[in-house]
Amino acid sequence: MTPEVLTLSETPWLFTAAMLIKVIVAFVVTLLIVAYATYAERKIIGRMQTRLGPTMTGPMGLLQPIADGLKLFFKEDIIPSQAHWFAFIIAPIMILAPAFLSIVVIPFGADFQFTYDGTLYAVPLQITDLNIGVLFILAMAGLGVYGIVLAGLASNSKYSLLGGIRSTAQMISYELAAGLSIVAIFMLSETLSMRGIVAAQQGPLWGLESLSFLPNWFIFSQPLAFLLFIVGSMAEINRTPFDLPEAETELVSGFCTEYSAMKYALFFMAEYANMITVSAIAATLFFGGWAGPFYGWINFLLKVFAFMFFFIWIRATFPRLRYDQLMFLGWKVMLPAALVNIVITGIAILLW
Amino acid sequence: MLDTYLPILVVMGIAFAFAIGSVFLSRLIGVKKPSEVKLAPYECGMPLIGSAQERFSIKFYIIAMLFILFDIEAVFLYPWAIMFKRLGVFGFVEMGVFIIILLVGFIYVWKKGALEWE
Repeated sequence: MTPEVLTLSETPWLFTAAMLIKVIVAFVVTLLIVAYATYAERKIIGRMQTRLGPTMTGPMGLLQPIADGLKLFFKEDIIPSQAHWFAFIIAPIMILAPAFLSIVVIPFGADFQFTYDGTLYAVPLQITDLNIGVLFILAMAGLGVYGIVLAGLASNSKYSLLGGIRSTAQMISYELAAGLSIVAIFMLSETLSMRGIVAAQQGPLWGLESLSFLPNWFIFSQPLAFLLFIVGSMAEINRTPFDLPEAETELVSGFCTEYSAMKYALFFMAEYANMITVSAIAATLFFGGWAGPFYGWINFLLKVFAFMFFFIWIRATFPRLRYDQLMFLGWKVMLPAALVNIVITGIAILLW
Repeated sequence: MLDTYLPILVVMGIAFAFAIGSVFLSRLIGVKKPSEVKLAPYECGMPLIGSAQERFSIKFYIIAMLFILFDIEAVFLYPWAIMFKRLGVFGFVEMGVFIIILLVGFIYVWKKGALEWE
């Protein structure tokens, strides 16, 4: 029996219920991962620098994120007298909302099937399967830049302005390289839908039975694209070694210098939410999404956590780049490399 | 159509409600002891000199312009990449010409020194 797909016109109540459950679960899980990513980051970096990290709040410091959140709620919410107050308040909201919005197109598992009223229904474990999924994510990443520009300009402080401008130039430069690098993926998958891209990575590698011990993940077909994408998105979400906007040794705290209380926390929640999104995109585009030895969404979460650990590890390992090195890497290395990769992929597909 | 875009609207609502709600709540329950010095822009403890609304390096402007050019190229590449296997050699040559034209511009910009940051 083939399962029915839920639609709004035929089964409005079931559709709405399934949608709300998916939305709420995804949102709560994202918030939890965001909270505990801060804990994991402090703990892991602490261990890598032979420190302990947080230990006092709760067992092994496990309540630290909650304590941090509560503390920030009770801090004084300062709006500097010279700031443009409306833009100043809107800026962190403009950063956080797109960061959370990108999770809607990420598929975290295969279809979930259930029987209701004698009919078998299938619910895809993804909030919505947009046919332009990847474009949607790129659009949301682009919207996030507005928040940073606003934060820099609205604070009316020199450090914020410098940080904001630097950050904008960096983000748009690397957005370009990351966006161009994944074009090669679409040449192989022939779709922009995240679910379609996972479906295109099924079966043995390159359809060859002799290589059936390896999955047909795009990491094997597109190693250069993966490298460019990972470096590009690390720069786009302002992670170390590309955290020049927040370079505390020269810019105090960059675009969030003037922010305090929950508004300050929103910037950091957005940073970690973006980290989750980037990890999820990397897992979906290059590592076969939810495919793997365990049950669907467990594989997916494991891959996401592996990427997040990798980002934290990178932060503990590398020093920050200089600004001219950053621009050199973005424009003179990654952009040409992404274009060359597209051409090579094109020739390979034509000859195959 | 509505089936696929309704969930986005719902998530958008929740995300904005969450962000606005937490900003509002922290403003409501946070301490309020404003003073003139506290509300001044941060200047490393120095008295404020001049305004922050000054002119900044033209290079950022050039980067923004280049970004628009190349982002449009990227946007053109997306639908082409999806259709690539169906377009075959014709599509490859066609896009090759397009990329070469842009590449000439890129090399020109490079040689003119717009990408130098010394």
